[in-house]
Amino acid sequence: MAQEAKNQDLPPLVTRKPVKTKEELDLLLADKGVRYYKEMEVFPVDTAALKKTLDATCKSRIRTWLEICAHCSLCADTCFFYLANDNDPKQIPSYKIKSTLGELVKRKGNVDTQFMINCMDTAWGKCTCCNRCGQFCPHGIDMGVMFGYTRGLCFSQGFVPHEMKIGSGMHWLYNAQMDVTVEDYVETCEWMAEENEEYYPGLKIPVDKVGADIMYVVNAREPKHYPQDLAEAAILFHLAGENWTVPSKGWEGTSLAMFAGDWACCKQQVEWVYEAMERLKVKRYVGTECGHQHRATITEGPYWAGRKSGDPPVPGFHYVEWVLEALETGKLKLDPAKKIKEPVTLQDPCNYIRNHGLTDVTRKIMSYIAEDFREMNPNREHNFCCGGGGGMNGIGRYREQRNIGMKVKRDQILATGAKFVVSACHNCWDAIRDLEEVYKIGIKWSFLKPILLEMVIVPDHLKPKEESEEKSA
Amino acid sequence: MYEFVSGPLALISFAIFFIGIITRIVLYVKGLDWRLDRVAYSEKLGAGIKGAARSLFHWLLPLNRTTAKHPIFMAVTYLFHICLIITPIFLLAHIVLIEEAWGISWVNIPDKVADYMALAVIAAGIFFLIRRLTNPNVKILTTAWDYIVLAIALAPFITGFIAYHQLELGAGYKTWLIIHILCGEILLIAIPFTKLSHFVLFFCSRIQLGMDYGIKRGGTKGRGIAW
Repeated sequence: MAQEAKNQDLPPLVTRKPVKTKEELDLLLADKGVRYYKEMEVFPVDTAALKKTLDATCKSRIRTWLEICAHCSLCADTCFFYLANDNDPKQIPSYKIKSTLGELVKRKGNVDTQFMINCMDTAWGKCTCCNRCGQFCPHGIDMGVMFGYTRGLCFSQGFVPHEMKIGSGMHWLYNAQMDVTVEDYVETCEWMAEENEEYYPGLKIPVDKVGADIMYVVNAREPKHYPQDLAEAAILFHLAGENWTVPSKGWEGTSLAMFAGDWACCKQQVEWVYEAMERLKVKRYVGTECGHQHRATITEGPYWAGRKSGDPPVPGFHYVEWVLEALETGKLKLDPAKKIKEPVTLQDPCNYIRNHGLTDVTRKIMSYIAEDFREMNPNREHNFCCGGGGGMNGIGRYREQRNIGMKVKRDQILATGAKFVVSACHNCWDAIRDLEEVYKIGIKWSFLKPILLEMVIVPDHLKPKEESEEKSA
Repeated sequence: MYEFVSGPLALISFAIFFIGIITRIVLYVKGLDWRLDRVAYSEKLGAGIKGAARSLFHWLLPLNRTTAKHPIFMAVTYLFHICLIITPIFLLAHIVLIEEAWGISWVNIPDKVADYMALAVIAAGIFFLIRRLTNPNVKILTTAWDYIVLAIALAPFITGFIAYHQLELGAGYKTWLIIHILCGEILLIAIPFTKLSHFVLFFCSRIQLGMDYGIKRGGTKGRGIAW
C-alpha cells in the first residue's frame, strides 16, 4: 500500500511527449520497463489526435497500398519472421500491416489501448522494417515502410517500447544514441590517438579541422564501449594519407529516434550533423560501419531536414564505399599473402544494401580480403535481415521473438559452411554475436576495420622509427 | 429493357469508368509528397524515371523473383489477366456494337479464340476461389470483398459465354444477354470504387516504388535493384 502511494507521487513514465529532460531519462532508465508497461496497459488513446495525424500524413502511397493489396499471400515467405515461426500465417507481412495500420486507417484512429499495444508489439516485435517484403510484392507494396510509418503513429501516442523511448531521449539530450557528451567524445579521441601513437607515429584524430576532405561520423557505442574502433578508423585514415577530421558537435550520426518513430527528433539529429558539414566546409562525409546511421543520416535524413534534393549538404558515403575507394586507388595496400584463407561469408546489412544499393561494393572488398568467399543464400539485395535490425536487438520485451527470428540467419550461415562472418554494421554484428550466444554454431564475426588492419601494408615513412632505422641500416 | 441497358446505362457505366479511373490516377499523383514519402520525385526525376521503367518492365513481364518462386500461381494470374483484357476488347460482337454506336472499329479475334479465353478466365477464377478457400495463408487475409470482386470480375465472362452459346439455362437468350450486359456494367462501375482499381493503381504503385528504388535505394549507386 505504502509502495503504491509512493509510486503515485512519481511522474508518469508513459506520455505522448518525447523525453527531453535528464530527470525523465533517468526515471525511465531506472525503471527497466516494469512500471512503464504497467502504466501503458491503462494509458488512454487520444483518438482525435490520431485521426488528425492520419489525415495529415497518411496519403496516396500508403492508402493505395492498403487498398490494392490483393490478399494473395505471396509476401508470406519473403519475411524471416514468417519462416522462423514455422510459417505462422499471423506473421504474413500483409496480415501484420492490415491488422494494425490497415485497421487504424479504416477506423480513422478510433481505437483503444489494447489495440495500440498490439500495434506496438507488431511494429517493433514482428517487423524490423527491413523492407524485404516490398521487393517481392507484385504491386510493389512495401510493408516495411508502412511499419516505419506505424511506429511514428504509435510513438506520437506514447505506445513505444521502453528502450526506444529512452533511445530517442538520448538523441534529444546528447544528439547521440548513448549518454556520451561532446567533451567525452573529444577526450576519447585524444586518448585513442595517444594510446596508438607509438605504433603509428604522427597518428592524430583531428577535431573540427576546417576544409578537410573527409568528415568522419560515428556511432556512440564506439567511444562508450569499443573505443578501439575509433583508433582503428584513425589508423586506416592515417595510413591512407587522408585529410580527415571528426567534428566535435555533429560527431554522432545514428538514430534510435528513427527506430522509435520520433520524427521531430530524427530531424534535429541529422540537422546537427549537417550543421557540422557546413561549419567545417568538408568535402564529404564518411560514416562508420553502421547500417542505420547511413540510412538515417544520408538516405532518409535529407528529407527530415527539408532538403528537397534528397541529398545531404555534402556527398555522404558509407564506410565500405571509402574502403573500396582506398583499396582500388591504392591508398590502402593489403598484403595478399595475409588474405583470409578459411571460408568466409558476408552479411548484407539491409540499411545500405537492400535500401541503398551498395551490393557490389562489399563484394569487391571481399575479393581483396578473402580467398574462399561464400555467398549466403539468398544474398545481395534479397538477403535476409540479421534478425535484430530496426532496434529489435535492444528491446527486452521482444528478446524471445528476436531470438526465434535469428534462426533464419543462423541457417543461412550454416548452409555456407563458413565459420567466419564479415559484418560491416553495428546492429548486424550484435545480432550475429547474439546468434552465436544463443545457438552456439561455432562462428566468429568481424567488422572490416580489424580485418584490414591485419592485412594492411604500412608505408615505410609511417612505420615506427626503430623499424625504419633497422631497415635502412 | 435491352435498349436501356445497351443504351443510356452503358453510356453512364463507361462514363463512370473513364472518369473514375482518371480521378483515381489524378488523386494518387496529387497525394504523393516528397516530404512524407521521402523520395525526391522532381529533383531526381531522371533516376526516378529509370527506376520506374525498370520496375514496370520487370513486373509487367514475368521477370522477377516472385515469378521464379511461385511459377504456377503467376502463370495462372497472367493467363487470367491477359484473357480478361483481350476478350472484351477484341470480341467481334462488342466491336460490332461500338461500330453501330460510334462508327469506329478495329481488328477482332476469332470467336473460337474468344471462347477459349473466356473459359480460361473462368478456370483461373475457379483456381483463385479454391486457393482462397483452402490455403491457410490466403484464408487469414481474406475478407468478404475478395469473394465479391472475384464474382464481379467473373460474372461477365460466365454470362457472356452462356449468352453467346445461347444456352437455355432457366432463361432465354434475350434474358441472359441483358444479364450479361448488366454484369459488364457492374464491373465497369466497380473498377474505380473497389480494389479492382488496381487496373490503374498497379501502374501507379509500381512506378512509385520504382522511383523510390531508383532515387533512394540504389538506383544512383549502380544499375539499381535486381528485381
